[in-house]
Amino acid sequence: MGKKMEELPQYKQFSEWIENRHDYAKKWKQNNGGKVVGYICTYVPEEIFYAAGVLPVRILGSHEPESITRPYLHDMYCPFCHDALAQGLEGRFDYLDGIMLAQSCLHMRQVFFTWEERCGVDWSYYMEFPHGVNNPHASEYLRSLLEKFKSAVEEWTGTTISNKELDEAIEIYNRNRELMRRVYELRKSDNPPITGLHAMEMVVSSQMVDKREHNEVLESLLEDLQDVEVDREIGTRLMIVGSEDDDREFFRMVEYEQNYPATFVFEEHCTGARYFWNDVKPEEDRLMAIAKRYVTRVPCPAKDWPTKTIQGRRRFNWIERWAKEYNVEGAIIMQQKFCDPHELDIPALRELFDKLGIPHLFLEFDITVPVGQFRTRVEAFLESIGEEDLFI
Amino acid sequence: MAKEFKIEPLKVWDDFKKYREKYYRDYLEAKDNGGIRWAGSAWAFDAVPAGLGEDVYPLTGEPYGATVAFFKDFSLQALEAAERKGVARDLCGYLRNYWGSIILDKYVLADGTIVEGFPKPDFNYTIHICCTHAKWYHRAGELEGGIPTYAVDISVGPGYLLDDKKIDYVVRQLNDSIEWMEKVTGREYDDELLIKAVYAEADSMTTWAKICKLNQNVPAPLEEKSMFTLYALLVLHRADPRVAELYHKLYEETQDRVKRGIGAISNEQFRFLTDNPPPWAFLNIYRYMEREYGAVSLGSIYTFGLEGAWLGMDEKGERWIWEPAPTPEEAGVEITNREEALRWTAEYNLRYRPGWQHPYSHKIRKLETLQMIRDWKADALIMHINRGCELWALSELEVRDYLVKHGIPVATYESNMADPRDFDEARTWNVIDSFMESLGRKKLSKQ
Ligand code: SF4
Ligand code: SF4
Repeated sequence: MGKKMEELPQYKQFSEWIENRHDYAKKWKQNNGGKVVGYICTYVPEEIFYAAGVLPVRILGSHEPESITRPYLHDMYCPFCHDALAQGLEGRFDYLDGIMLAQSCLHMRQVFFTWEERCGVDWSYYMEFPHGVNNPHASEYLRSLLEKFKSAVEEWTGTTISNKELDEAIEIYNRNRELMRRVYELRKSDNPPITGLHAMEMVVSSQMVDKREHNEVLESLLEDLQDVEVDREIGTRLMIVGSEDDDREFFRMVEYEQNYPATFVFEEHCTGARYFWNDVKPEEDRLMAIAKRYVTRVPCPAKDWPTKTIQGRRRFNWIERWAKEYNVEGAIIMQQKFCDPHELDIPALRELFDKLGIPHLFLEFDITVPVGQFRTRVEAFLESIGEEDLFI
Repeated sequence: MAKEFKIEPLKVWDDFKKYREKYYRDYLEAKDNGGIRWAGSAWAFDAVPAGLGEDVYPLTGEPYGATVAFFKDFSLQALEAAERKGVARDLCGYLRNYWGSIILDKYVLADGTIVEGFPKPDFNYTIHICCTHAKWYHRAGELEGGIPTYAVDISVGPGYLLDDKKIDYVVRQLNDSIEWMEKVTGREYDDELLIKAVYAEADSMTTWAKICKLNQNVPAPLEEKSMFTLYALLVLHRADPRVAELYHKLYEETQDRVKRGIGAISNEQFRFLTDNPPPWAFLNIYRYMEREYGAVSLGSIYTFGLEGAWLGMDEKGERWIWEPAPTPEEAGVEITNREEALRWTAEYNLRYRPGWQHPYSHKIRKLETLQMIRDWKADALIMHINRGCELWALSELEVRDYLVKHGIPVATYESNMADPRDFDEARTWNVIDSFMESLGRKKLSKQ
């Protein structure tokens, strides 16, 4: 008899890392004598920090109602930004030695500068990052920014980052990406061994801990996943598409608490596939290799717009490919309230799913998700997909 | 007894109005004579498409969105049409009015005439600095059945942190965009026209800054509500030499007003600044302030900084300088070829546009705003917490906090530059009345 995913120590480890993220970072500092830096957006070139012996950890929200950000941050800025800043203002990240943002959206930019001023950190770095990742000059420009950034990190940490350290960091990060892709790969099967909730915990925890440790757990997880016993009805195969999302309550509700069975088989967001899908392809000029990875990765909608050669949205090609490969039957388009980059894509995204013949449901997330209200909407959505099947 | 100032209507007023009226009509009729139409952000590199010929007509989206917003009834139709197509209500107000117009397939002229059929551009050409610009025109192109779009990424940070690599990045894109324009229009590009437009652009933008600076005088020769009409040509087509000429005329006239002590309002006794695009459908706020309090709005980081060229942050990033930026002639630069023209326009825009500096960080916007209050001798700032534009709303609350700590009175009202549904008239009057009362100012009508 195989074990259930929930019983695997590796899965428990992911959950524990998320629950105790702050303790983990504090302990890591004690044990390694290194610095910990917080980042908000996944365009931060983590490899460079790692090569300097700095642990990059992602600042995510707590999904608890708050009101302390209102004097600084506009009401119409996204809840993820409010939630992240609230954590900083409350001192929950007071162990951070520094913070860093690679330019993403405007909302996050203000979080960064307000954090820098009001939450007390020794070191902070705002790196411009090309928005036009689809234009052919973006990598070269980013390379020049990485060079400056690397020098700033060296100065801060008093280290010199050589090719050797960069290679090692690239290898560890690529390994992490590859292992998570392999776990995702298993979700193509008719009976995926993990749910969306499990996958989310895997990816979110990878953003909070040392990748070396995460890799070890992933390696052993991949072995044990062979024997996992799936004792749940898979039901409708769902894909989630959208902005930052680490709301476990929502996933639990959809996958475990519905009258109509459903399982997420793919997550297209920056706490899912967009974070880890693309590798750094080694080349002699290490910074160029890193620059190319961040420019050509599955883009965030904030950076995905046409240039001379690309007239569509590069992200949509990925979504289409994943929807087919993972045999997706329904899509939940989720978006953080007020998130302009995603909102701007949503009408076209709905058209894409219409074209693919995949039913979709649009939901707007806030700091806390109104689970009851969403339950009714998701149930109706799943029911309608079921009915469609009946008449095929 | 408050001092009475002489007032006079502006002589150039009608010329500015006429230019704007003609602009929207020219765009509409461009195809009748085989001309080229392009659409894009008012922040697009306006001089670059000029090289395609002398019959090239732009339509800039933000002023178009503001024009729609001004005509409340049509705006409501446009906003609702966009919403019915799944467009989120919290997106940029201009964009929703613009997309709504395309969806309704109706075009509005400067005088409010509604024309059937939204005139499609040959191409879209924009920059990208807020989260919206490039995606606005990309989607517009899709709604119009596949109009090609080019967006120049200018995410290179503020002027004082510029370096050659950053300028190169923008210049390369500008070069690419010329090739692309030639391809999508089938026209050969004329560098001489580009050079002429680049000179005109700097001329218009620097002259506007010089005009704004004259408002430091008491009485202020201009007030902001009129300045919205005057600055409009910069957002429409600043690289047009005729626009530069009009600004020269305005500059001369404003200098003359200052010399003769002509005010914008006769009873100036309170000077204030604003900070954001106003709620366009409710510009009567300004008249209310004048009538009830003798209060003149001198301008804002928006009216001065959207399209004016200013020195801005000093090299160390410690001080904001409200001095007009030099034109090529003033800087002793001669532009002789495409490369030099593109480099000039890239650097001039990246370095000297306040609207491209302060979104970088609230530190800049704080210094910029405080310096403006001091230089223009303003008594207070009235802040529009604008739900319609995430970029101009960026850092507002941090700036408010900073000004208050520096002893500057700040009033805030929440609204939307381009969605009349978000404006609460009664509440706004209340905010203003209580603010003025707190400053010991009584309504003139009650004195
Ligand atoms: S969810 Fe959207 S608005 Fe919020 S931080 Fe992400 S991209 Fe920005
Ligand atoms: S959100 Fe603001 S800056 Fe962006 S396009 Fe709209 S008006 Fe312009």
